[in-house]
Order: sequence, then structure tokens, then C-alpha cells
Amino acid sequence: MHEMSIALSIVDIAEKEFKKSGAAKVTELELEIGLLAGIEYDALEFAMQMAVKNTVLEKAVLKLDKPAGLAKCNDCGLEFEVKEMIFSCPDCKGYNNSLIRGKELRVKSLLVDD
Amino acid sequence: MCGTCGCGDPKNVVSISLPGEKQKIEVHTHEHKHGDKFHSHEHEHHTHDHDHSHAQQRVIEVEQDILSANNLLAARNRGYFDAKNVLSINLMSSPGSGKTSLLEKTIVALKEQLNLYVVEGDQQTMNDANRIDKAGAPVVQVNTGNGCHLDADMVNQAVKKLQIKENSLVFIENVGNLVCPSLFDLGESKRVVIISVTEGDDKPLKYPVIFKSADICIINKIDLLPYVDFDVKKVKEYALQVNHHLTFFEVSAKTDEGLSEWYGWLTENFNAK
Repeated sequence: MHEMSIALSIVDIAEKEFKKSGAAKVTELELEIGLLAGIEYDALEFAMQMAVKNTVLEKAVLKLDKPAGLAKCNDCGLEFEVKEMIFSCPDCKGYNNSLIRGKELRVKSLLVDD
Repeated sequence: MCGTCGCGDPKNVVSISLPGEKQKIEVHTHEHKHGDKFHSHEHEHHTHDHDHSHAQQRVIEVEQDILSANNLLAARNRGYFDAKNVLSINLMSSPGSGKTSLLEKTIVALKEQLNLYVVEGDQQTMNDANRIDKAGAPVVQVNTGNGCHLDADMVNQAVKKLQIKENSLVFIENVGNLVCPSLFDLGESKRVVIISVTEGDDKPLKYPVIFKSADICIINKIDLLPYVDFDVKKVKEYALQVNHHLTFFEVSAKTDEGLSEWYGWLTENFNAK
């Protein structure tokens, strides 16, 4: 449900950067949304369709990078990939883990035409 | 534009009101302009032409956090709370888990010894603010319209309106929703997630994001345990799988069972800030 406010923030950031750049049009918008960022990808893509209407992003292609999660076990030190929010250390089976990667929520870049 | 579904419902404005005050003070105005007709289109099926022969293409590295606007305001709230020596608690749960009842009891129990304030978040109505007002704490109601969560800007406006004194405890009761509030930092000192025993003990597995972001988990309505299939041991086990650092309180806001431990935690954290 919160994907629409995320989409509006994305458009906001991109429009400001576009204005600063002095370019003529945006052809591609690249986002980095981690697998464990709490975002439903389909919902975000749907929300983006609405949010870009009548903005400089309307015709831009949306590129979505989805980095997988990386966690570290605080007990045995093992680093391991995670794909879900609930995970235990594959080695010692403990739940005392820290997430190192996978919560990214970033506007990475814009591809523009001058 | 509505932050939830993208509709252009003009009634969808945020209002921040004191009990008895006329409502509708708009906080957000989105800059985006939208056509008055709805039409859908898919990105994959665009037929615009890709001939860029006359244009110079270049990449602008943006590298900006999408929530940066909210996070900046949250940091400002945090600084304000810190300067005023305020402990702020963000209460999050599904609708109907007993957030407001728990607050009513807490206010009655602690209002003589602590300066308490409440920011109430709901989509509509002054109902909760009126309950809190009756319990005896200064309160501001934030109505989010169609919005599904509080954000740092709303809390900023609400807290200004409350004119909180130094050395206070501020409760922020989020919109009843176990998904969206987890993503939005409000500048709070601690996050509390509340689950009631009528909800099912696998909630932490179904909605892990909110449990992951919390410091405290309150299990409410334990007076109903004899009548429901809710396993307290299991819910704690699941919640700890999601968040190893959670502290639990088992309470009944109806019978007062377990509430003294909760009050103890509040006063201890209030004194420690």
C-alpha cells in the first residue's frame, strides 16, 4: 500500500535532478530496491505507472535493480545470502544475525538526452 | 494525489486537529498535475520511437535514498525531541489490537508523575483523540485521509501544535496497519509493535518487516487466552526469529494484568534518556 508514496518520492527526486541537469528529456530511470526493503515490486511498478503521468518521466523506461540480501551471523561470523525476511545462519542455525545488504531504496541514475 | 492508490480524490487531505477544534488543515500538497481522465498504460508496451541520432545521451548519477525527504525530517524531529529531553514512542499494530485502550490505561496510571502527550493517527475521525483527551493527556489528531501511515512531516506538524514541555513522554499512535508504518522513520526513540491474542500467533511470520523494525513487542488481550487458540510461546519464538533483540510484555489493557511491567519499562527508559 505504501508503494504509491514511494513512487511519488521517486518522481520527486528524479524531477529535481532532471531540472538541475538542464537536459531535454529522460529516457531511462534506474532504481535500486533491495529484496528485503519491504517493497512489493509489482505494486511499485504499478504505482510508478500512475506517478509518472504528466511528468518528465512519463516516457522513460524503468530499470529496476533488485539486490539480494546479505546477512552476517553475529555468533559465528558467517556471511550468507538471504532471500526472505526470516532467516537463520546456515552454519550454526542461529537467529542472531545482522542484515548487511538488501534494504536498498535508492534512485540510482537517470539516462537523459540533451 | 492519494499516497495509497494514486486516485485524485480531493477529499484526501491530511488534517491535524486538537479535540473540539474545526478540522481540515492541509499539510501536503503534491506538485504533480494529473489529467482528469484515467487511462492505464504499461511501460513494456510503449511504442515511442527510440531514434536518438540527434541527441546526446548522458547518465546522471543520482544515488539518492528514496526516503531521504522523510528521513531528513525524522532526523529533525529526533533533534527536537533530544533537545527537549523527550522520550518518544511509536506505537504500531493492526487496527483493533488495543493501542488506544493501552494508551488510556497508561495515561491514567502515569499522568501524575510524567508529562504525557499523544499524537493520534487515523484515516478519519476524532474518536481516538477524544478518548485520550478524556483520559487526561494533551492530544493532537492526525487524519491521514486515504494515507496508510504517519510520516515524519505529519508528526513534525502535530508535535508543534502540541507545544510539548521539556522532560516529557510523547506517544505517537500510528495508523492501524501492520505493513506500511514500518518503513517510515518518525524520529521516535523507540518502536513498539502490539499484537493481540485474537489475531493469530503466526503474525510475526506473515508481517516480518514491522517486527524487524521494533524494539518492543506487546502481546495484548491476554485475558482472552482461555478462549482462543493463541500460543504465547509460539508467537515469541516466531518474533525472535524475525528480530533477535525484541523485548516482550504480556498485558491485558482490560484487566490491567502485566501493565505494571510496561509502566516500569516506560519510566526506566524515561529516566535513562
